[in-house]
Amino acid sequence: MLKDEDRIFKNLYNDLGWEIDSAMARGDWSQTKNIISKGKDWIIKEVKDSELRGRGGAGFPTGLKLSFAPKKVGSRPHYLVINADESEPGTCKDRDIMRFEPQKLIEGCLVTSYAVSAHTCYIYIRGEYYSEGKRLQEAINQAYKKNFLGKNACGAGWDLDIYIHYGAGAYICGEETALLESLEGKKGLPRLKPPFPALVGLYGCPTIVNNVETIAVLPTILKKGAKWFTSLGKPKNTGTKIFCISGDVNYPCNVEEEMGIPLKDLIEKHAGGVIGGWNNLQAVIPGGSSMPLLPKSICETIEMDFDSLIKAKSGMGTAGIIVINKDQDIIKCMARIARFYKHESCGQCTPCREGCGWMWRMLERMAEGESTYKEIDLLYNVTKQIEGHTICAFGEGAAWPVQGLLRHFKKEIQKRSHEEPIIKKKSNIPYLIDQHLLEKDNA
Amino acid sequence: MSIKKISKIQPDTFEFSKEILQEAENEIKKYPKGKKASAVLALLYLVQKQNENWIPLAAIKYVAKLLNIPYMQVYEVSTFYSMFNLSPVGKYFVQVCTTTPCMIRGAKKIVDVCKKNISKNQNELSSNKLCSWTEVECLGACVNAPMMQINQDYFEDLDENETEKIIQSLMDDKLPTPGSVKNRKNAAPEKGKTTLLDIKNA
Repeated sequence: MLKDEDRIFKNLYNDLGWEIDSAMARGDWSQTKNIISKGKDWIIKEVKDSELRGRGGAGFPTGLKLSFAPKKVGSRPHYLVINADESEPGTCKDRDIMRFEPQKLIEGCLVTSYAVSAHTCYIYIRGEYYSEGKRLQEAINQAYKKNFLGKNACGAGWDLDIYIHYGAGAYICGEETALLESLEGKKGLPRLKPPFPALVGLYGCPTIVNNVETIAVLPTILKKGAKWFTSLGKPKNTGTKIFCISGDVNYPCNVEEEMGIPLKDLIEKHAGGVIGGWNNLQAVIPGGSSMPLLPKSICETIEMDFDSLIKAKSGMGTAGIIVINKDQDIIKCMARIARFYKHESCGQCTPCREGCGWMWRMLERMAEGESTYKEIDLLYNVTKQIEGHTICAFGEGAAWPVQGLLRHFKKEIQKRSHEEPIIKKKSNIPYLIDQHLLEKDNA
Repeated sequence: MSIKKISKIQPDTFEFSKEILQEAENEIKKYPKGKKASAVLALLYLVQKQNENWIPLAAIKYVAKLLNIPYMQVYEVSTFYSMFNLSPVGKYFVQVCTTTPCMIRGAKKIVDVCKKNISKNQNELSSNKLCSWTEVECLGACVNAPMMQINQDYFEDLDENETEKIIQSLMDDKLPTPGSVKNRKNAAPEKGKTTLLDIKNA
């Protein structure tokens, strides 16, 4: 198990206090000026050497991302945008960072802004996190008071202003280009890439978008060195990560652990085991709702890091672990996830807009045992038609969990399905329209 | 679900009060010159703050004029984002999360309590006009599931009895203290921490 001194977020449960004085006692802001004086290239090289991968879901190497920002500031200013629109079901790590370790995030903002030559940083928080945003604003004000932000921030000769921008309850705004659209005061519709935000982003200016956790771990990496970070975890999957364990476990919790920790250890040691014992486990969604689920046989041995999970045809995502035991109806659980995607699809690309609702309706019917064998193949076909045919990765996120269900629980669905009746019963369910519109309370 | 029903009863005019207008100007200042449109979300929140948690059409026009952007753009934004209410809601607006992690831990029971104690259907005012409730998608507190949000505050680790108590006190026009109802420490395991056991501020 990871030693406590190697944990980055020492105040994850708010035992020590979130205020700036308490944070400084923990080592925040201690060598910031020193780090900045070493120069942009040093910072980016150190981050590259640490092999840190973005913690927002895609796992893109952070050092590489920072190096995409143009080296020289031209006529357009650079921006740093922090993605705190944490809406992936199963994930609640950024919330605790903003509540209890805000100074780590703010310090990270300063260092990263310097590295990408940005003087303005926006933190895009989901609108529901009102009190978290308020807390973060207080923390920012405290940092301004100590001259860690503003003109000549931290005495390092770099000016930085941080602003908080609230979203308003749209999951899609967690996608970086949709987030930028939303920040510009429009609907959160993802943009076509390229051009990538690093060249044409917010207001058409070079913009680097990063997740809260990625930015919050940067100062510690730079202080303790890339070597320390690579000594944790596994090669190419280095460092520590906050895991959120929810669902059917005895003690759901957030916990910071090394990358590559066995899933079974996480559940048994930290979350108090599966409700009803390990043998009662049915499946685990390892990385937030967009990642395909893993059946019990894989959960026995799987290690939690990007590459191992990809090998198991799933993904690390945001490391929001949802445990589902045998008391739950797995098809209903996935149908609910499909409903989530149906609700959150922005409606820009037809495969996703129509397909998500279609998948949801089919899964609901499968859960009720009203589907035919034919529909199982049709469902798979629909997921394949969504995946890869949309502007953003939402399509994959919606299709993968259903594909995971079909991959591992096809027998369960077949058990409930039946042959197509030879004489079709007159059905009065008009499948072509959204069924929730038929319910009076929703109309 | 985010069905945006526009209220049939609409006020004729809308204007920010002096204090709110000041707040709005502070919001606009956050963004670079000529990029006032960015403040549209913040301003719509201020409309909700002033106007009992919902946005009338007159306010949409007012915000568009204030920011110098087309009416349609503000209208689009207010219908796209699920947190903007285009019809009146209760003084206490209860939002119950029912996405999978909460569903697994019994969100349906919470919904049933709301149905029983507030109103039969969602988005309907309670008999004393104080409360309304709705089902929402993931609110991002999955480790503390099941949970609900009342106005801006999170109520976590709920069960049927505790939810009933909370809703009873809302009906008596009192907002209970937010947070975990089980007195659990934030997102730590309920039985006691397994990590960070003897960490002190150096």
